[in-house]
Amino acid sequence: MTEAPTTALEPSELSGPPGGSRSPEEEAQEAAGRSGGVWRLVGRAFIENKMALVGVGLVVLITLFCFVGPLIYHTDQAHSSLNTNQPPGGSHPLGTDYLGFDVLGRLMAGGQSSIEIGLAVALAATTFGVIWGAISGFFGGVVDAVMMRVVDIVLAIPAIFLFIFLASVFQPTLLMLIIVISSLSWLGPARLVRGETLSLRTREYVQAVRVMGGKSRRVVLRHIIPNAVGTIVVNATFQIADAILLLATLSFLGFGLPPPAPTWGGMLSNGTNYLFDGYWWQVYPAGIMIVLTVVAFNFIGDSLRDSLEVRLQKR
Amino acid sequence: MPEPAAPLAVEVRDLVKVFRLRRSPGIGGGRSAAKTIVAVDRVSFSVAQGRSLAVVGESGSGKTTLARMAVGLERPTAGQIAVGGRERRWKHVGSRERRRRAREVQIVFQDPYSSLDPRQTVGRCLDEMLRLHFDMDHARRTERIAALLEQVGLDERHAAAYPRALSGGQRQRVAIARALACEPRVLICDEAVASLDVSIQAQVLNLLSDIREETAVSYLFISHDLAVVRQVSDEILVMKDGRVVERGQTDRVLDDPADPYTQRLLAAIPRPGWHPVADPESDLVTS
Repeated sequence: MTEAPTTALEPSELSGPPGGSRSPEEEAQEAAGRSGGVWRLVGRAFIENKMALVGVGLVVLITLFCFVGPLIYHTDQAHSSLNTNQPPGGSHPLGTDYLGFDVLGRLMAGGQSSIEIGLAVALAATTFGVIWGAISGFFGGVVDAVMMRVVDIVLAIPAIFLFIFLASVFQPTLLMLIIVISSLSWLGPARLVRGETLSLRTREYVQAVRVMGGKSRRVVLRHIIPNAVGTIVVNATFQIADAILLLATLSFLGFGLPPPAPTWGGMLSNGTNYLFDGYWWQVYPAGIMIVLTVVAFNFIGDSLRDSLEVRLQKR
Repeated sequence: MPEPAAPLAVEVRDLVKVFRLRRSPGIGGGRSAAKTIVAVDRVSFSVAQGRSLAVVGESGSGKTTLARMAVGLERPTAGQIAVGGRERRWKHVGSRERRRRAREVQIVFQDPYSSLDPRQTVGRCLDEMLRLHFDMDHARRTERIAALLEQVGLDERHAAAYPRALSGGQRQRVAIARALACEPRVLICDEAVASLDVSIQAQVLNLLSDIREETAVSYLFISHDLAVVRQVSDEILVMKDGRVVERGQTDRVLDDPADPYTQRLLAAIPRPGWHPVADPESDLVTS
């Protein structure tokens, strides 16, 4: 057996309980198990999901629109002009706003900060939340009780009021907005990962590592977090959508990036002033962009979750 | 390897484990009236180096708690455990001490489907164990992994496989290889073959006795299956409700049981012509 060459082995060679014939389904599982692990399976289920494709397609289009668009379609988003409130047409496909900024160009520029903040918040909040939740769930007892009460306390603070307070005390910058939104967004992942950890730490393979003499850090980083990574990724996707929505809300209320920085929420806010004048092009484009982006990320998150359930079924 | 100075691999004296049932442990919690369950009640036994002791009993008799205490996953309420002549202490166990204990006692869990990390290949799983315990370079670890896999009847190509790709028997072999990787004196098998089907059970049991001959490891075999016990153990300890009700040489206990509980356990083994007897005193028929 051991002299056999190590290359190109068939699944049937690898595992054969004596006298056992296996169904094609099991064969497929085995192949998946050998060729790349869990993510191969999840990936396949994800690709087969139409909602996932719509979500990914939308995100790609929106990203291209925001980051590549301005390279092709040049506009001045820093200096206002007298060419205000122009309806769509001619040199302004989506018209101009009350300061004479081109709406299409502003949409692109505003999307950049939305996507940047969304991704940064998801990354920061998820990282911190995962560490917090894993430590809390793993050590349990008093540590868990104290850490979770902290989460409860922060959760009890109404987000909008806190933001309005902070935004009026500090001058909002890109970095500050990221920090502030993250400081409230890590609570979700923290609770989620704590729950996962509570269930994972009683698994025998985690206990086996303890019996091996592995340190707590190793158990958490090598065995608990990797096994919770599916849940974490799904949640991070929703975090992006939530952060973009929260940013739009803040900007709409006037506590986002200060003018003339373009933001979708700010455009919406200014547009509503002219709603009764029939300047629809100042409201709909920004509104539609916000909805599309949030829906796209939610689609991805939902489909990822479904694909992970496929993994759970086939485990 | 057996040391002349310490002929006993494991010695357990008056071990007690009391579980407290109470509200969730929170701040201010846990002060409510506590209900207690005595899972293990003054159990003593010893296993000589290279010997094998089986602990049998119905579900809930405390045998798994005993195993978990012996391996350090559960802390005894009272009593002593000495491994290789060294007394176990339960306070301030540093990581060096934990690794040292790992080289004394290892455990193979009941369910091979949950005892291997689904995200780790067999090779990485064994590699992790070797890295923790030995200062080996990559080439030597690879060599050792191949040797371990061969020892449990797998071959080195399995190192690249994920647990999902393996059958139950193969997974249990991997779990055994992982336990053997750090060369323990004592291997605890907690119902290690209970979830395998009968033909695979026999293979794994044969494997375990081969390993005992090769490595002089001692076994503490936790089981409810008396047929399995006869095959692997020298001595037997029968437990009921946390207490030891009978102990002795395997053949003696199984052929001529003294305690009525042991007799009932034996009577409950299905065999040709066997009919479940309705016994108001026990639920052995179902367990």
